[in-house]
Amino acid sequence: MTDPKELRAQGATPLVEMEDISISFGGIKAVDGVSVDLHPGEVVGLLGHNGAGKSTLIKVLSGAYQMDAGEIRINGNKVEITNPRDARSHNIETIYQTLALADNLDAASNLFLGRELVTPMGLVNDAAMEAECRKIMGRLNPNFRKFNVPVSALSGGQRQSVAIARAVYFNAKILIMDEPTAALGPHETQMVAELIQQLKAAGIGIFLIDHDVHAVMELCDRASVMKNGQLVGTVDIDDVTDDDLLSMIILGKKPEKAAA
Amino acid sequence: MTATTHQPIDSQNKRGLFQQLELDMRLLGMIGAFIILCIGFNILTDGRFLTPRNIFNLTIQTVSVAIMASGMVFVIVTRHIDLSVGALLATCSAVMAMLQTEILPDMLGMGLNHPLTWIITVAVGLGVGTLIGAFHGWMIGYLTIPAFIVTLGGFLVWRNVAWYLTSGQTKGPLDSTFMMFGGTNGTLGTTFSWVLGLLAAGAALFALYNSRRSKLAHDFPVKPLWAEAVMGAVISGSILGFVWILNSYTIPTRRLQRMFEAKGEVMPEGLVVGYGLPISVLILIAVAVVMTLVARRTRLGRYIFATGGNPDAAELSGINTRKLTVKIFALMGFLCALSAVVASARLANHSNDIGTLDELRVIAAAVIGGTALSGGFGTIYGAILGALIMQSLQSGMAMVGVDAPFQNIVVGSVLVAAVFIDIVYRKRLGAK
Ligand SMILES: Nc1ncnc2c1ncn2[C@@H]1O[C@H](COP(=O)(O)OP(=O)(O)OP(=O)(O)O)[C@@H](O)[C@H]1O
Ligand SMILES: [Mg+2]
Repeated sequence: MTDPKELRAQGATPLVEMEDISISFGGIKAVDGVSVDLHPGEVVGLLGHNGAGKSTLIKVLSGAYQMDAGEIRINGNKVEITNPRDARSHNIETIYQTLALADNLDAASNLFLGRELVTPMGLVNDAAMEAECRKIMGRLNPNFRKFNVPVSALSGGQRQSVAIARAVYFNAKILIMDEPTAALGPHETQMVAELIQQLKAAGIGIFLIDHDVHAVMELCDRASVMKNGQLVGTVDIDDVTDDDLLSMIILGKKPEKAAA
Repeated sequence: MTATTHQPIDSQNKRGLFQQLELDMRLLGMIGAFIILCIGFNILTDGRFLTPRNIFNLTIQTVSVAIMASGMVFVIVTRHIDLSVGALLATCSAVMAMLQTEILPDMLGMGLNHPLTWIITVAVGLGVGTLIGAFHGWMIGYLTIPAFIVTLGGFLVWRNVAWYLTSGQTKGPLDSTFMMFGGTNGTLGTTFSWVLGLLAAGAALFALYNSRRSKLAHDFPVKPLWAEAVMGAVISGSILGFVWILNSYTIPTRRLQRMFEAKGEVMPEGLVVGYGLPISVLILIAVAVVMTLVARRTRLGRYIFATGGNPDAAELSGINTRKLTVKIFALMGFLCALSAVVASARLANHSNDIGTLDELRVIAAAVIGGTALSGGFGTIYGAILGALIMQSLQSGMAMVGVDAPFQNIVVGSVLVAAVFIDIVYRKRLGAK
């Protein structure tokens, strides 16, 4: 896989381009003319204070919200994403900040929700789904044991593991992770970091929303910072320090030297 | 991270008797309450409650509400409600009554008791019910009008559409074939009932065996063999016992004589013929099996429960929750129409007040059967058992001679108490 940095330098067509995206809720502009892009094998961090509009922006890409204005291109082609099914058909998978799990169902049912494995007769194949679920959880969170209880009986971190499993199981090309490690312990967080490296190496493009600047510095190739619904700027991680990013988040100004 | 080992599976030790049987404690509680109720009434009525005759009657009286209750489970599981089922039943019944007593015989000149009458009638009735239900679902799903309002409106509309269609008159007698769906007029006879009972018991055992085999194939824990055997024995025993009881209810001699006279034959002396399984009960069993299959083993069912558990998550998982709402209410409408067939056939005519208060009985049956109004939880067998408990309570009190107002006071109180017990039970279990 070619290095995403080289791809960008060559002017290759990005995997995802979100251009001039705007969306407002009852007069409040939650996202205001924001443009971001993503190349294969690249991790782009989205940073910003609470309520900056990060989740809203990526929900436009995942089909949860419909934008008021703007354009989304995938591999250079304009696409219409009007619901989550459209997003899935473009191989976009999302880990939502709220996790979006059906609390009354078990881990396997949540993992396959909307894409159940079925028997030749068209009936859902719970045994096969549970077996697959055990496999993927074995990779993501080897301590996970609670396969036969509703996910409401799981801890916050265990629930998060289920949400992560759901996003990575189905061969995503574009992965959106909205604070994927918010509820995880240090060991599990480290495993997610390794997972991101693996997915990146496999050529998957990842939007990563994270409040931890250190994690962003470590995992991302670029970072886009938002404030009050607007884009402050996008920087190359190699060109900035932790403090540069922090001041972008807090002051809402792009450092002079680091134009990406 | 790179290891792809399977997750270890919990070992089976240190588990209690009930856990080993993997029985649903809630179901056991309901069955226990039902048995106590039956024995209590049996004592109070000097043994008249648990006679084959009364059990037969109780069963056919329960069918109509139980059929609708199974649909109400899906409605309530998805956090909706349907207040219009009784009225919808009345409209379907009115349409079918007009078809078979006036439109087909007179206007289309098919005459009375034409062999096609019942098929056309039932098909049109089921179609009307499904369409009205789908229309409700469309208003709820796509126009986002709350189900409570749509079906409250529907309650007034359909009750009075039924009235308008029949000018408020009782329509009957219904088509003779159609009436076979009602109960006493349509039973399988003892031999067929035994055959069916044996087949059902065999199917149940096969299903148990299959589920065990599929678990073993995936290395999942299974119950000990003795527990499996006990389950199999209890299930097949109950099925055959039920058939045996219904078969022991014999057709009264007078009636049998008349049946022979109608055929121009003479009844042999001392002939005893059992009714066997009523067709309406077979319909209920079929509905229960299909609805349970839908709930547990189809995508539709999975989506219904997921939507009930977290509507946003369902939507974000790519489930079209609006279309799902249309399907659920269309199914409810279909089941109302099916209940209309059974209910009007049992009464042998369509009366203007058919299905009155059924919406409350149906909701109560589903709720007593463990369907949570907060959504996401409910079982078909629970709702049907709930309907049976309600009906037993009502008939039992009537047999004991409890005054009518007190009957309803007791039924209402039992509903509230049952839900309270359920809340306490769920809390202690730590479930929501
Ligand atoms: N469904 C909604 N209806 C109304 N307002 C909304 C909705 N979703 C988000 N908003 C508003 O849009 C703005 C951006 O919210 P968003 O969730 O995108 O923030 P965020 O950057 O993800 O914040 P956080 O770091 O806290 O997750 C906020 O002011 C929020 O109140
Ligand atoms: Mg957010």
